[in-house]
Amino acid sequence: MTPAPTPESAEVGAPPPPPSKKPAPTLDSKGPQRYKMLATWLLFLIVLIACFYQVDANFFDLFSVNARDNMNRILGEMVRPDWSYAEDIWEPMIETVQIAIAATVIGSILAVPVALLAATNVIPKKMVSIPVRMVLNLVRTIPDLLFAAIFVAVFGIGAFAGMLALVFFSFGLVAKLTYEAIEAIDPGPLEAMTSVGANKIQLIVFGVIPQALPYFFSYVLYAFEVNVRAAAVLGFVGAGGIGLHLDQQLNSLRYDRASIIILITLLVVLLIDYASTYLRRKLL
Amino acid sequence: MMIEFKNVVKQYPNGTIGLNNINLKINEGEFVVIVGLSGAGKSTLLRSINRLHDISSGEITIDGKSVTRAGGKQLRRIRRDIGMIFQSFNLVKRATVLRNVLSGRVGYHSTFSTMFGYFPKEDTEIALDALSRVNIREKAYIRADQLSGGQQQRVSIARALAQKPKVILADEPVASLDPLTTRQVMDDLQRINRELKITTIVNLHFIDLAREYATRIIGLRAGEVVFDGPVSEATDAKFAEIYGRPINEDELLAAEAAKGGVTV
Ligand SMILES: Nc1ncnc2c1ncn2[C@@H]1O[C@H](COP(=O)(O)OP(=O)(O)OP(=O)(O)O)[C@@H](O)[C@H]1O
Ligand SMILES: [Mg+2]
Repeated sequence: MTPAPTPESAEVGAPPPPPSKKPAPTLDSKGPQRYKMLATWLLFLIVLIACFYQVDANFFDLFSVNARDNMNRILGEMVRPDWSYAEDIWEPMIETVQIAIAATVIGSILAVPVALLAATNVIPKKMVSIPVRMVLNLVRTIPDLLFAAIFVAVFGIGAFAGMLALVFFSFGLVAKLTYEAIEAIDPGPLEAMTSVGANKIQLIVFGVIPQALPYFFSYVLYAFEVNVRAAAVLGFVGAGGIGLHLDQQLNSLRYDRASIIILITLLVVLLIDYASTYLRRKLL
Repeated sequence: MMIEFKNVVKQYPNGTIGLNNINLKINEGEFVVIVGLSGAGKSTLLRSINRLHDISSGEITIDGKSVTRAGGKQLRRIRRDIGMIFQSFNLVKRATVLRNVLSGRVGYHSTFSTMFGYFPKEDTEIALDALSRVNIREKAYIRADQLSGGQQQRVSIARALAQKPKVILADEPVASLDPLTTRQVMDDLQRINRELKITTIVNLHFIDLAREYATRIIGLRAGEVVFDGPVSEATDAKFAEIYGRPINEDELLAAEAAKGGVTV
């Protein structure tokens, strides 16, 4: 199926939401609309220039002698990786994947009841859905590295803080995508379950879950992909995983070792992305 | 079961009058067909019986018990006794046929035992029996979306039967089927009505079909009952009265069938 992407779930690379019945908004560039468009572009340009100015963006810096020399030196060391270091790196790499797995599983399980509460076709009470969605949006606005930094401060340096950070992150991601998927399911079976005399939980078990489950699993896999990548850099704030080692090697200017870490991370991430994409395609 | 409408009015939130002072008595074992133009209130009438729609005033009773005032568990108990069949089948398409039919049994079990999708063996028997009644027992373990429209509608009839209902409501059950499967599905409904003495109320828009299967026809127009009587009294002239205009070709299944080159 190839549903049109809805603006609501504009996760980069996120799996497509189930087909929604909303008609696509039509673009009309006639009359005053055209001036609006022009004004928007103008504003955009002004903001862009202001940003460049603010961050001292300078195209000449990109090609300066200094930068070129640095680049040459680092790349030169990186293309001669210290292969013997690979042995030491497998363990933290596995730990990174373990952090991602544990966080994805726990976050996704927590996401299920919350997604059900947020879906207005399951619980048609604004008193419930609005506060639940507010909490969800709040969780989603906090970046994973910020979570990690906070948990490192609270629980100390280590993998536990990193896992906790990713639990929150995957919880927010999976809950949001899942409740949107639930709201787009076929209402027919829900109506049928109501008519056979089912209560709310029975309606969920027999009407909602069978329809939403493939979407949910696909979002869990997607969260796992994102988590592996995030777990690889959590170490920079002391939250465990391979990032800690990358940070150390970079700080001691061992680019030959840093390149090994990057290579192995790339390999693992690619492998997981590939497997997960394949599974997701099978699911939907 | 006897269903009684007393001064029933249904006004939608946007002000539309769905039902306007309906008074009806539907007796046990009847096969009632409701006819009327699109928007006459047929679906509204049917759905107010099992409270998929709430009515604005008046009262609906089943065997003397008020549907209108029932709530919570009591309402779910009433709904359990009423099977409903929809135009769009309303099956869970990715689930097996058997699973869909079993879902008709949930009203008989506690939340806890159904939460894990567990059903006792007798329920599987009941579900398979229901499938046999509509002649698709052999499809029990196939996914619902792999069946034809007519077969899916029979699965939904089986789901209603698995409820062991005393009343069956069917809202345009054949509107998305071809003339041949239309007859098979109507035959199933008729057989169930006769063999199990289940009171059956069906909305139809083909008037020849209504005459053929009904024991009683109720005509609605703008939310009011404008005809109520046996088939013998439902003449073409009466139908023209219900519709407020002469009968159209496309209101006859025979004409549809002729168009499609199928003889019925
Ligand atoms: N949810 C709703 N909100 C507002 N008005 C509604 C709603 N549902 C139905 N109506 C209106 O109530 C009237 C009766 O509708 P109903 O669906 O019962 O007609 P019907 O006889 O079943 O028609 P059809 O043959 O098209 O199914 C119509 O005027 C319709 O527009
Ligand atoms: Mg209708």
